[in-house]
Formats: sequence, C-alpha cells, structure tokens
Amino acid sequence: MLSPLATDGKTDVGARVIDVADLSLSFVTADGPVQALSGIDLAVERGEFISFIGPSGCGKTTLLRAIADLEAPTSGAIRVNGMSPHEARASRAYGYVFQAPALYPWRSVARNIALPLEIMGYPKADRDARVAKGLELVNLTGFGKKFPWQLSGGMQQRASIARALSFDPDLLLMDEPFGALDEIVRDKLNEQLLRLWDVTKKTVLFVTHSIPEAVFLSTRIVVMSPRPGRIHDVIACDFPRNRTLDIRETPEFLEVANRVRHGLREGHSYED
Amino acid sequence: MRHFAAALYDAGPRLKANFVRPRALRATFSREAGEGIGARMKNVLPVTIVVAALLVVWYVGALVMNTPLQRDFFANAGVTNYSAEDLAIADLNMERPKLPAPHQIVAELNKTVLETAPTSKRSLVYHGLITLQETLLGFAIGSALGIALAILIVNVKVLEKSLMPWVVASQTIPIIALAPMIVVILNQFDITGILPKAVIAAYLSFFPVTVGMVKGLRSPDPLQLDLMRTYCATRAQTFLKLRAPASAPFFFASMKIGVAAALVGAVVAEVTKSEDGGLGARLLAGSYYGQTVQIWAALLTAAALSATLVGLIGLADRIVSRRMGFAR
Repeated sequence: MLSPLATDGKTDVGARVIDVADLSLSFVTADGPVQALSGIDLAVERGEFISFIGPSGCGKTTLLRAIADLEAPTSGAIRVNGMSPHEARASRAYGYVFQAPALYPWRSVARNIALPLEIMGYPKADRDARVAKGLELVNLTGFGKKFPWQLSGGMQQRASIARALSFDPDLLLMDEPFGALDEIVRDKLNEQLLRLWDVTKKTVLFVTHSIPEAVFLSTRIVVMSPRPGRIHDVIACDFPRNRTLDIRETPEFLEVANRVRHGLREGHSYED
Repeated sequence: MRHFAAALYDAGPRLKANFVRPRALRATFSREAGEGIGARMKNVLPVTIVVAALLVVWYVGALVMNTPLQRDFFANAGVTNYSAEDLAIADLNMERPKLPAPHQIVAELNKTVLETAPTSKRSLVYHGLITLQETLLGFAIGSALGIALAILIVNVKVLEKSLMPWVVASQTIPIIALAPMIVVILNQFDITGILPKAVIAAYLSFFPVTVGMVKGLRSPDPLQLDLMRTYCATRAQTFLKLRAPASAPFFFASMKIGVAAALVGAVVAEVTKSEDGGLGARLLAGSYYGQTVQIWAALLTAAALSATLVGLIGLADRIVSRRMGFAR
C-alpha cells in the first residue's frame, strides 16, 4: 500500500498521512472555468494538527474537500495513507466535520452519532458502546436521547465531532467547524478539541478564518492566498501539546500570530 | 366527574413544572397538558365569528336568489297580500329552492343520515360508504404509484426529463372527459364494479403525490448528502437513512392533497357511472330532478368525508412528527 509513495522518492513514508503534489483544481461555471487551486504541494505527518487559513475564496475548503474525495482535482496527485482519495474514502480513513453540524433532525443525538456505524455495518452492541464513548469524549453524556434542536449550537457541533470520530478514523477533516459560534463558546471548544487531539492522537486538518484559533490549535499553519488558491506560507507553531488558552498572552504566541497576519496581508490584495 | 377532578389534581404539579423546566422538557409537558386547552379556547372565538358570518351570507344569498321564484309561486297560486315576512319565510322553506337555506340542508342530512337505515338507497350513509371505498382504493393505488414514480424520478436522472412531462400532461386533460373512456376501456377487460371508479380516483391522486414526493426526496441539503458520501454510503443507504426520513413532512402534505383529489375523482366517476350509487350518483339524481336540497346535502357529505380523511392523515402526521422530533 505504501509503494506508490516510495516510488516518489519521499522519505519517512511510514509517518506520512497526506501527500499533495502539484494539485490544481478548477470549477466549470456558467461564466467559464474558475481556478480554485493551483500548484498545491503539501505533506502532513501522522499526529499533526494543520490549520488552513486565508481569505474567502482562497480554496481552503476546496482543498479539504479534494482530500476527502468530495471534489475531483483537475491535475496533480493526492495520497491519503498511501491511497488515492477515493480508496481512502472507501476504507473510511477520515471523519469529516462540516461548517454546520448537519445532524439529521429526526435522529436523536445518540442515533446521529451511530449513523456512520449503522452504514458501516457495526453490530448493535458495538454501536452502543461507541456512541457512549463518543458522547463522553465530547462531554455530552446524558444528552444522547435529545433531538438536535434541543441542543445549543456548540453542543450540536460537538455531537457532529463525536459522529466523525465514532468509527475511529485516523484522520479528522474539519471545515470551519466553529465558524458560526460566538467567541466564548469557540474558546471553550478550541480547548476541548485540543484535549481531544491530545487524547486520541488523530491527525487533524482544520480550516479556519481566525488567526488566534489557528495559532492556538496547530502544529503548522498553512497560509493561503486567493485567485487562484495557492499556499503562500507554512508557519511552524511549536507550542506544547498540553497548551492552555493562557498561552495566547505570551509574546511567542503573538509573534506567530503576527507572522500569520503578515502572510495573509502579503498574499491578499485588497484592490478587488 | 371524579376522573376529571383527579386529572386536574394531577395536572397541577405538571403545569407548575412548566415554569422551571428547560425549554425541551417544557415542550413535552405542555403538549400533554395545559397548552392544548388554552390554544383551543383562543381558537373558538375566531372560528365562531367566521361560521356566523358564513351563515349570514348564506341566508342573505338564499333570500336574494329565491325571492323571484317564490313571488312567481305566490302569483300563480293567486296569493297577493303577503307581507315581507311571509315572503322571507317562504323563501327559506321552498321545496326546490335555487339556493337551499342551511336549516333545510341540516334537516335533509338528519333525515338521510340519521333517520334512514344505512342499507337503504335513500341513505347518505349507504352512498357515502360506496364513495369511501372507491376513494380509499383509488388513493391506495394512486399514492403507491405516485411514490414509485417519485423514487424513479429522483434516482434515474433521464426520467426527470422523459417521464415528468407525461405526468404533467396527464393532469391537463379534464377528468370529466377522461372518466367515461376509462370506464369503457376497463370494461373491455371485464373490469367492472368499484375498480374502474377507483382507477379514476387514482388518476387524480397520484399527481400531487409524485410532485410532493420528488420534492421531499430531494429535500436533504448538500451537507447532509456530502456526509453520506464521506461514509461511502450506498444509494440504498442514502435513500433509507436520509432521503426517505427527510421526505416525511412532504409525504404527509402529499397524502392530504392526494386523498382529497381521490375523493373528487371518485365522485366524478360516480357521475359518469351512476348506476352503482355513491355520492356522485346522488348529485346526478338531485340535479336531474331539481332536488337542490338533496344536491347540497350530498355535497356537504362529500366535503365532510374529505375533511375527515384529511384530518386523519393530519393526525398521523402529528404523531409521526412528534416521534421523529420535528414537532417542537
């Protein structure tokens, strides 16, 4: 399974989860083709937390969707765990968290978390155990029987994270999961997500608009620029895994945040 | 009486609980007790006003429409010195009025529903049951066909363009023109009795079901569908776990329109093929002999039947919605 990567001559094959090489993607619209991504190169190691940040239209969501096999690249290659995105999707390699919780309103929270397990054919007893574990993981124990509308927005998004993790994928793809939530809830969920990442040792790809969120969560930050979407800079972010929100007051944090801000400014022309 | 008191006593703490429970629980509690009664009381006044206004308009209409006819009757009978009151009373109690007064229809309904044996051909219950059978059979065929077509159209893209125009075209033909032909064609195949009329009812009822269910099965939003793709779900799984449950509200709306349409179809079919009876046959006989009171009584019975069927589906809708968490 790893042979395709080995032939690329890349090193450290065992730990590489994602490999994107010279990826381009254009959409055909009524006004003609739109270049969404151009010349993207990216490698992600196991256990990393990568944030994608950039202005609207820079293709960060499209990149995540291409990795998830929800969009087809025009050219270039993507390998996920050494497989094509389609094979990776078929082997249930990743859990995806969308901008909106996308919970099914007719299912209780517990049954929403069980949805992927039902589809993948897990036996009932196993499902129940995994749902209980998932609820506990996102601090929703006791809310399993509630319907989604009975939960706050933050709780709904936590339920959707539990759903994405229920079948224990190695990879968690998150597309602005906290974008619609207020600052206070977002801070809290950021801390919880960091704990969750630390406990589960997942690899996380995280799309965001927020500089503090990206700096607080990530091991590396991918700064993207629009028209066409490309990678402007990759900024390492070496805070300890068990960081807390207090870290945001430190000069180191502010320095990284400033680098991200500069990167965004350079990559983005405000003329249009 | 004791039961009622006990129920009230029981409801006390529950109603009080409404003020301290969170929103979710409160909703469940108030659905059981409190809220329903309050809402019903609030509805009584506007409903009463509308019904009263309707009756006033009806009586005025009956007076206006029947007066010329009644004046002629008086003139023919040689009655000349009648007061306005005499005229009004006579207007509202004619045997074959142009527009029967509500109390005449109530009297006719009382006679033909309550006082006549249901086995008699003069009983509206007898005819109503015939119409009900045709309606239910036609509705069953029509909604099954409608749902099947909707599933096909949603799953096979070419059918949207190739099948849907025919579905729409089928409804542009006036049913009154088509009904006799359906009867004749089915008669060729020795299909007689209730079935031809049920087929006509089905013809009218499948269309709203198809249109509603196509919309319902397409109602999941792109994220909900993408979610299924990330799980590599099969089409059947996506259908059973997403499209079908998401279509539930559309399903019940379609069923309500479909059953009402089926009843219209059944009545039209009975007008075409009146020898077997039914409310349509009653309408035809009434108009044949100028029995306007009988026509209106049959009309109201058909309307009541339709309203009952729609109401039953509404009840099923509420029960299912609650179980599916749609009701708040």
